This record gives sequence, C-alpha cells and structure tokens, in this order.
Amino acid sequence: MSDGIIDGPVPEVEVTVVSQQPAGTDVAGREEPAVTPPRPEPVTHPEPAAKIGAETKLEMVDLTVHYGAFRAVRDVSLQIPANSVTAFIGPSGCGKSTILRCFDRMNDLIPTARVGGKVMLDGEDVYAAGVQAVEVRRKVGLVFQRPNPFPMSIYENVVYGPRRHGMKDRRQLDEIAERSLRRAALWDEVKDDFRQKSGLTLSGGQQQRLCIARTIATDPEVILMDEPASALDPIATLRIEELIAELREAYTIVIVTHNMQQASRVSDRTAFFTMGTDRAGYLVEVDDTVRIFTNPREQLTEDYISGRFG
Amino acid sequence: MTRVIWADRAATAVLWGIAFFVIGILLAIIGHFLLASIGTLSLSFIFGDPSDSTIGGVGPVLFNSIYILTLTLLLTVPLGILGGIYMAEYAGEGRLTTIIRFSQELISSVPSIVVGMFGLALFVTLTHWSFTALGGSLALLVFNLPLLTRLTEQAIRAVPADERRGSIALGVSKWRTIRHVVVPIAIPGIVTGIILTAGRIFGEAAALIFTSGLSTPSGYNFANLNITDPRSPWSPFHSATTLSVFIWKSNSEGLGLFVHQVADASSAVLVLMVLVFNLGARGLGRYLQRRVTGT
Amino acid sequence: MTNASIAVPGAIVRPLTRGERLDLPKRVTLASAALVVVLVAVLLAFIVWNGVQLFAHSGVPVLQVLSATWQPDNTLQQPVIFGLLPFILGTLSVMALAAVIATPLSVGLALFMAEVAPRWARSITQPALEVFVGIPSVVYGWLGLTVLVPFLRISLHSVGFSMLAGALVLSLMILPTITSVALDAFTTVPGEMRSASFALGTTRWQTIRHVLLPAAVSGVATGIVLGMMRAAGEALAVQMVIGNRPLIPTGITQPMTTLTSQITLDMGNTVAGEPWNEALWTMGLILLLISFAFVAIVRILGRRRLVAE
Repeated sequence: MSDGIIDGPVPEVEVTVVSQQPAGTDVAGREEPAVTPPRPEPVTHPEPAAKIGAETKLEMVDLTVHYGAFRAVRDVSLQIPANSVTAFIGPSGCGKSTILRCFDRMNDLIPTARVGGKVMLDGEDVYAAGVQAVEVRRKVGLVFQRPNPFPMSIYENVVYGPRRHGMKDRRQLDEIAERSLRRAALWDEVKDDFRQKSGLTLSGGQQQRLCIARTIATDPEVILMDEPASALDPIATLRIEELIAELREAYTIVIVTHNMQQASRVSDRTAFFTMGTDRAGYLVEVDDTVRIFTNPREQLTEDYISGRFG
Repeated sequence: MTRVIWADRAATAVLWGIAFFVIGILLAIIGHFLLASIGTLSLSFIFGDPSDSTIGGVGPVLFNSIYILTLTLLLTVPLGILGGIYMAEYAGEGRLTTIIRFSQELISSVPSIVVGMFGLALFVTLTHWSFTALGGSLALLVFNLPLLTRLTEQAIRAVPADERRGSIALGVSKWRTIRHVVVPIAIPGIVTGIILTAGRIFGEAAALIFTSGLSTPSGYNFANLNITDPRSPWSPFHSATTLSVFIWKSNSEGLGLFVHQVADASSAVLVLMVLVFNLGARGLGRYLQRRVTGT
Repeated sequence: MTNASIAVPGAIVRPLTRGERLDLPKRVTLASAALVVVLVAVLLAFIVWNGVQLFAHSGVPVLQVLSATWQPDNTLQQPVIFGLLPFILGTLSVMALAAVIATPLSVGLALFMAEVAPRWARSITQPALEVFVGIPSVVYGWLGLTVLVPFLRISLHSVGFSMLAGALVLSLMILPTITSVALDAFTTVPGEMRSASFALGTTRWQTIRHVLLPAAVSGVATGIVLGMMRAAGEALAVQMVIGNRPLIPTGITQPMTTLTSQITLDMGNTVAGEPWNEALWTMGLILLLISFAFVAIVRILGRRRLVAE
C-alpha cells in the first residue's frame, strides 16, 4: 500500500525519549530478541517534519526484480520525498538491498538480474532506453555496508570521482576535497595529513565517513545507504546517524537498515518490506516513521515492530 | 593394536625420509655446481669472451640471454596484461571465451621442441631471416603469452569485488575503474607473474636452438648502437646463442679442453639466476602488496 | 576527460559518445586475449602440414612409420626406411619409467607437505619445489651427462647412456609437477573427512591410506599424467643422456632413443624438403598428438572428479 505525498503542514510531533533497550544496537545490528520488548519510541527530530519537501525525488512504480527465473521482488510502488531520510526495514532476505540498488542501477552488475516496472529520478525513468547508467550513478550515490576505501591516500579517495569525470584543476579538487570531508564530519580528524595517509589506515567508522565524503564529492542529489553502520561499533554508529541527520538538508537519503531503533532515530519516513510465501519481497507499508512505529496500518508491520518475527 | 601404531610411526618416518631425500638432492645439485665452478667462476668469466684466456668467458652468451629475455618480455608483457584484463573483466561465458581457454590449454601442452620447430618453419625459413634473436623471442612468445595471460587474469580476479563496486557506484565507467582501481590493486600479483615468466624464459633452450641458433657473431662491439645493423649486439637480427643453449652445445662439441668447466660454471650461473628470480618474485610480491594496502 | 555531449549537463539521458560506442578498451583487450587462438591455429597448421609431407610429398607409405628400422639415408647401402617405432616406443618407455620412479617420491613428498610437515618444514619444501621447477632442463641434462652417466657406467658396467639415465633425469624434472598437483588434491579434501576418521580412533597413516588417498586419487592421477606429458615432451636433457641409438629399446641399461632426441640431433643437419627432414616433422606431429592425448586424458579425469564430488 503506497502512501501519498505529504500535503500541507504536518502537525509537529513532540515526544519524550523513553529509555531504550540497554546498550542500543549491537555491532551486527541484529534483530530484536523473541521476547516481546517495549516498542521503541521515536526520538525527537531536530527539525520538525514539516521540513520535508513537497516534491517527489524518487519514485518506484510496480518494480519487479528477477534473478534469472526467480522473482526476488514484486510490485513495489513508493515515493521518496526530496530532502528526507527514508528507511527500508524488514527481515533479512526480503530484498531491501535489491530494491535500494534499483535506484542507481547497481543491479546491472549482476548478469542474471532483470528489472521491470519504473524507477524514476525527478520524474525520469532511469531504466528507459537512452539513459546512461554512468550518469545516474553520478547523481545517485551509494554507501556500502562494509567501508570500501580505495588503497590510496584520503585525498585521492575523495577526489577520485571528480577526477575520473574529467576535473583536473588542482585548486578545484582541493576545494571539493575539503568541502566533502567537512560535510562528512571527517575534516577535523584528517586535515593534517590527508594527502599522505592511506585511506586504509583509518578506523572502521572513519573509513565509512571517508566513503561518504567520496560519494558527496561527486555532488549527488541522492545518497543511498545499504546498512552503513552494521559493520561498525556503537559509537561509530551514532556518529554516522548524526551525520545522516545533517546530510538531509542537502541530499535525499534512503537507508536500508536491520536495526529498527536506528530507523526510528534517523528517518522521516519508513518503508516496511517482507517476504511472501513465494519468497518474493514486497512492500507492506510505507508511512511517516512516527506512524509506522506507533500506529501502523498493517498487522504484519505491527508484528514485525514488536518483534514477533524477523 | 600396537601394529597399527607401529605402522603409523613407520609411515611417518618414511615420509620424513622422502622429504629429506628430495631436499637433499636439491641441495646436492646446487652444491655440486657451485663446487664444480670454483676456480672457473669469476667476474672475468661472466663478462669475458669465449676466446680470451684459456678458459674463456660467457659474456656475450649471457648478454644474449638477457637480451632475448628483455625482448620477449617487451612483446609478451603488454599483450599478456591486456589479455588478462579481457579474460577477467570483459569475457562472458560464451563460445569465444571457451575457445580462448581451450587454446591456452592446448598451447601450454605443446612440447617446447615442437614450438622450436614451428619457430624454425615460420621465423627462420619462411621469413628468410635465418637464425635471429627476434625469431627466438617470437617463438618464446608463443607459449609464454598464454601463461602470462592466465597469471594476469588470476591476479585481476583476486581484486575484491567491493573495490570495483565502489568505483562503479561513483559513476565511473568500467574501463576507468579497471585502469585506476583494479589494475593498481592487482599489480603485486601481476609483477609476480612477470617474474615467474621471466624465470622460465631465461632457462629455455629447446625452443631456441632452431630459432636463435647455435652461434653468435664473434667480437661484439657494444659501442655500435645501430640496431638495424646485424653486426651490432643491440640488433635483434643476428643469431644469438643463449646461456642455456650454450650449455647444450657443450654436450655435442666436445672440443676444447675446458668445455667441462665452462659448462659447469655456466650451469652454476643459471642455477643462481633461478634462485634470484624465485626469491625475488616472492620478496617483491610481498613488498608490493604491503605498499598497495598501505600497511 | 568529461565526455563532450549534446545533452544538457546533469541530464541522465544522453547519446553514447564516440569513445563509448567504440569501446576501444574492450576491443584491444579482446584482440590480445584472442591472439592465442590465432597462434594455436597457425602452429597446428604448420605442424600438421609439414608432418604429412613425408607421405604426401615424398610418397612414403603411411604404415612404414610403424617399422622398427630407422634408415634415413642410404649410407651402408641399406634401403631407406623411415621406421619411427624405435622413437615412439623409446619416448613411451622412458616416460613410463620416469613416472614409476618419480611417483612414489612425489606422492610421498606431497603427503608430507599436506599432512605431516610442521610449519617450518612447509616453508622450506614449498620454495624448494619452486626452485626445482625453475632449474633449466639443460642443467639437469648436463648434470646427468657429467655425474649420472659416469656413475652408471661404473656401477652397471655398461655404456652409461641408457633408458635408466634418461628416466632418472626426467624423474627429477617431473617430480615437482606431480608433487604440486598431488598436494593440491590432498589439500582440497575437506578437513571434516579427516576429523570423522580420527574421531573413530584411527591413526594418521590409517586415515591417509583409507580416507585421504582414495578421495584424492583422481587428482593424484592427473598429476601423474601431467608429469608423463612433461617427460614425453622433454628434449634436451633426455638427448644428452639417452645414447641416441635408433633401435627399439632392449633394456633399461642400454642406449636408446626418443622422438625428442632425434629431432634435436637431426634437425640442424637435414635439408628442408628432403624425406629425412620430413620424417622429423612427422615425429614432431606424433609428439604433438601424444601431448594432446594426454590433455584429453586429464580432462576426462577432471570430469570424473567433478562427478564424484
């Protein structure tokens, strides 16, 4: 069931923080235990939800993905508003990553993958004939689950994208490097030796912020994140989450996460997916995060949120 | 019950014995040649000419070995790396790929003497070049190219997929990804492959006796830099006996009082070069790996 | 360089640039990889063409090559007969003997490295194998000529040059080949199989004998076949110690000949287009066919292994 675009002013939601489960997420971002825990309460957003723009940045209409003869995802239709953070949640194996990767055509890399339906960026179908995937990927960045910096200096990592796209001017590249590293909240930590130091010598959390800086350097409009913090320790995770909140101003963000508390902390809207008996993933419900976690429309959603499965 | 344990102990002893035996043979071989070349092996031997002094030297012959090695690598390395890139990055599972792999397998099973015959027919007779270093290099190219292509392919396949995907996700094209991310990461493996191939080329003789020939023009004048002049040692258009071929010649010539010592010393040089290539490949590979990963 | 294009910058729909359409990298790398196909085809064409000239050009009947008499010219007023049987049998017998000598040692060494060797021993044997492989064949041949043949001459009271000398030299050369393939076969046997055997209270040797070896048998067989293929194709080392007597081998202590040795000896002394030269090409063709037969055997063994797994 797809949700409509939020129209008009949305009443501010003010909720007090209720104590969460002890120690928050674990490193792997595993699911809730089978014992029914208290439902995670949404955290106050720094900005009111009215900030969400009225325009739709990304849209999917009847998206279907096959791997060979196997249908992995069926009939997904949803809209992602500009300058928002949308979380994809659901049990493992239900295709969240696959769906996410349709936005930047990364599924093209898998030889047996076939995508049906429409995936639209600013109203244009990215799978239409004549579309160059390379251009789509410039505008839609992707941050991976495990940080994957190149074996180059931090500086080279960040300017890699602009360089490959033809930019040669040293001053421009330096500017981009500083700007991107600042936006990724990494500048202060590396500004002294980022030209010599290899990206691989950074800690896990720093590497992930480097990958985010690298993505930002290509000046994208959308940033996709596939479980960006699941390989990181809790402190690094929190920093990434703070970063996401800041990035919202300039970019549209879609994040896949295994961790419901993270979804509720970080996102404006949440889409819940699950796997049907035919092992194809489908969209159960998408709505404002607050609504999903307090009063979901579907029973399945309610069950998942309260930990009855997953 | 104890019979079984006794059998186990005996078997373990036998296996240790075999290991010691085999390593012992290797050490004996290396030792034999080093000992046999005491008195012969010296700098004047390595750089000297066969005609000077009583024993003579292997200078020109060693030069030929290095020359042919360099020429062959110049031809093989670019083609091998490009071919390896294709097989690792562009090749699908279709018929062309199967044909290429099958061809690689076939060529690597052809005995090198037969490759030498082929080289004789094509690069000596048909082209009317007679024996030349270039002919020898081309014959060596025939079976070293598939080898280097396969080694490069393996090195490139070993590059983690996440690195590739990271570049593609930034909107960088496939070729630029290969050039700026994949190949640089694969360099240590590629270099190891090149050094291993070089070791094979350096010791090769059977393919060369009919292509680069059994004689070398006497009196190499290294000052003659005109590579089109066949009399210049820097030209590929004259026959060029390599060190390995030279040793084989000692078997049939039987002339000269010191053929035995010269061949022993030459063998020692070859064995030492093998050790150098081998340890060099491992050491260089490890060093480059550390450089690439920044550790 | 940024691709120049007519599309509005930032638009995702744009026509392919000339560079993208041409895809030069793909074409150039494809040509480099496909070169080997051309090389194989040309090589086969030459060998086959020249190999049949003995029959096609000089009119020698095909069955003559199965004769045991090799008389390539009419010195000694003998009729000219191009019997290749001495060489074929010579190659096959010296190859088989080398395999017999090398296999126990190779398999033993591989077992040692896979199952028995502590880490320090492994770090010696592994490079040692690589050095073994790297030593040029002429060096083995020279070693055989200057050390082995005199030794055999003394201990066997014979000429010294013999099938045994050839087989011993070859076994040194094929030992690393068989060892590394066998080692590979042993290490790919899953650890669970060994654990299952040990858990039943067997000794290591019992496990090796009853579990490991049977499981790895097709891999080890592949190694032996590859070793034999290498032995059959070896030319210079064999030629130096074999005696080069063009007769059917009579015993392992007697001088004999092989396909490769005769080619090595005679090729430089014969004239292209003459029957003797053409007979050498026919020998080369037979050598090629033997090699390809081995390739086929290895493939069949490989398929059996896949089925068994």
